Amino acid sequence: MATAVSTDRLTKDFTTGFWRPRPHRGLDGLTFEIPAGGVFGLLGPNGAGKSTTLKLLLNLLRPTSGTASVFGLPPGDINAHRRLGFLPEHPTFYDYLTGQELVTYFAGLFGYSPSDCRARATAALDRVGLAGDRTRPIRQYSKGMVQRVGIAQALVNDPELVIFDEPMSGLDPIGRRDVRQLILELRDEGRTVLFSSHILADAELLCSRVGILAKGKLVASGTLADLTSTAGRGWEVVAASVSDALVERLRPRVAKITPIGDGRYSFDLGPTEAPEPLIADLAAAGASLVSAAPLRTTLEDVFMERVR
Amino acid sequence: MTMRRVGLVAWHVFKESVRDRVLYGIGAFALLLVAGSVLIGQITAGQDVKIIKDLGLATIEIAGALMTIFIGVGLVSREIDRRSIYSLLAKPLPRWEFIVGKYLGLVLTIAVNLWAMAAALYVVLAWYGWTSPENIRLSWTAPAVDPRLLWVVTMITAEMALLTAVALVFSTFSSSALLSVVFTIGVFVSGLASADLRHFGDIVDVNPAVATFVSAIGWALPAFSEFDIKSQIVHGMPVSLGLIGSMIGYAVIYAASLLGLSVALFARREFK
Repeated sequence: MATAVSTDRLTKDFTTGFWRPRPHRGLDGLTFEIPAGGVFGLLGPNGAGKSTTLKLLLNLLRPTSGTASVFGLPPGDINAHRRLGFLPEHPTFYDYLTGQELVTYFAGLFGYSPSDCRARATAALDRVGLAGDRTRPIRQYSKGMVQRVGIAQALVNDPELVIFDEPMSGLDPIGRRDVRQLILELRDEGRTVLFSSHILADAELLCSRVGILAKGKLVASGTLADLTSTAGRGWEVVAASVSDALVERLRPRVAKITPIGDGRYSFDLGPTEAPEPLIADLAAAGASLVSAAPLRTTLEDVFMERVR
Repeated sequence: MTMRRVGLVAWHVFKESVRDRVLYGIGAFALLLVAGSVLIGQITAGQDVKIIKDLGLATIEIAGALMTIFIGVGLVSREIDRRSIYSLLAKPLPRWEFIVGKYLGLVLTIAVNLWAMAAALYVVLAWYGWTSPENIRLSWTAPAVDPRLLWVVTMITAEMALLTAVALVFSTFSSSALLSVVFTIGVFVSGLASADLRHFGDIVDVNPAVATFVSAIGWALPAFSEFDIKSQIVHGMPVSLGLIGSMIGYAVIYAASLLGLSVALFARREFK
């Protein structure tokens, strides 16, 4: 499988302080590879180095050491930039332009003919749901609409690689759902999507692979399936109308009992226990089963464990 | 392709500038002053048309300098402040093309404004010439609608093209717009006094080392004072085309050098 993005021991130091500048390591020896196709989520808390990584890939920052490549080309190579689209975090654009003018201008930088630029801009704006607001000045746009126009300009060249820096930032729930849907569509069209986020629920819904950064270091990386294994963690059984006597009787058999309220309890079974005997006993004692679900390692579990 | 991208960036700067309120403010102020020069001319017996030309041309130069400085220092820094630079540089747009496009766009904007103001001055002069009695007109050393005024405007345009390059250098590396304005004004004012600085040792009795140092600064600074041919033209004195040609050549070479410096500075710049 072809590689869209790769880095090798990519490191970036910043200096902080005016009178006595001190080095601060923003990214520390990042090595990873993103195969072409699919959605890659670069996750991490604020200040972990996500935006720094994306800016290094785009030559907006220069590495202190290590290398990066996009489609096998060094960052900043014009031929790589022809094949990618980028949405920066909290984008702001020329507010005196209309959405159509802005995206047409950006399309022109790819060398398309004027009529092609207009057609591409129209299509990109339609795609992000701004069809009715194309001719309004950007200064009249809401934050969510600016985010959408930012996505439109990133898609105007039909890119093979789409890089989104915090794409859900500033969006309302409907906007977030639309962007999630768009990312999945881009994936289905065979494009590679690399996005940074600290919203784990979005990553879990969208990503085929993730990398987790903490304090500039890659602390976990792989497919979502690898990181969030469902095997070996046991079961969670929730039952209602459970008497106190029944709770005491079951306590030795389960790993953990958590009262939920109004006679409802959650029973966690260990990895070696099957849920069926417990469910049968609950039913026999007059309790009613609410749910039984395997305990799985969520992305949040992995994140919290690696980031702390 | 390169020229097309440079042209797009330049056209975009022009479009941005003509929608900028600052430009309209300065333009309105300039037109008001050009029109006001008629009133001032009327209270100076016998010198009226010269005063109108003098004030009008000086206003064009000052308004041009204000536009150049206040729009020029924000050319690059505003792109960085509003983070539109991230999206732009992610496009297949080499950094040097961005800088050259920005420069040409502002020069185009300033030139259009300077020539529009010159046209307004010509209208005022034509009206004044038309309404003045013949005996007054005969006393003028140059006609009211003097085509040689175009040479002054050409020189001001060359001067502003050079000042744009100065403003762009500061816009490229400074993170403070205020500092960029101060530095650009500083270079402009010093450049207007560059002739005096070059001959500092002749004017002031100082240590020869100091005189040489100040003189060197005078030579290094853009010689903005040399673009001033207003009084010669207004008073109907001859101005050689050789001087105008050489000053345009000087402006082109100096501006190209500054543009090279801006490109080099911007190529090294990082965007956190």
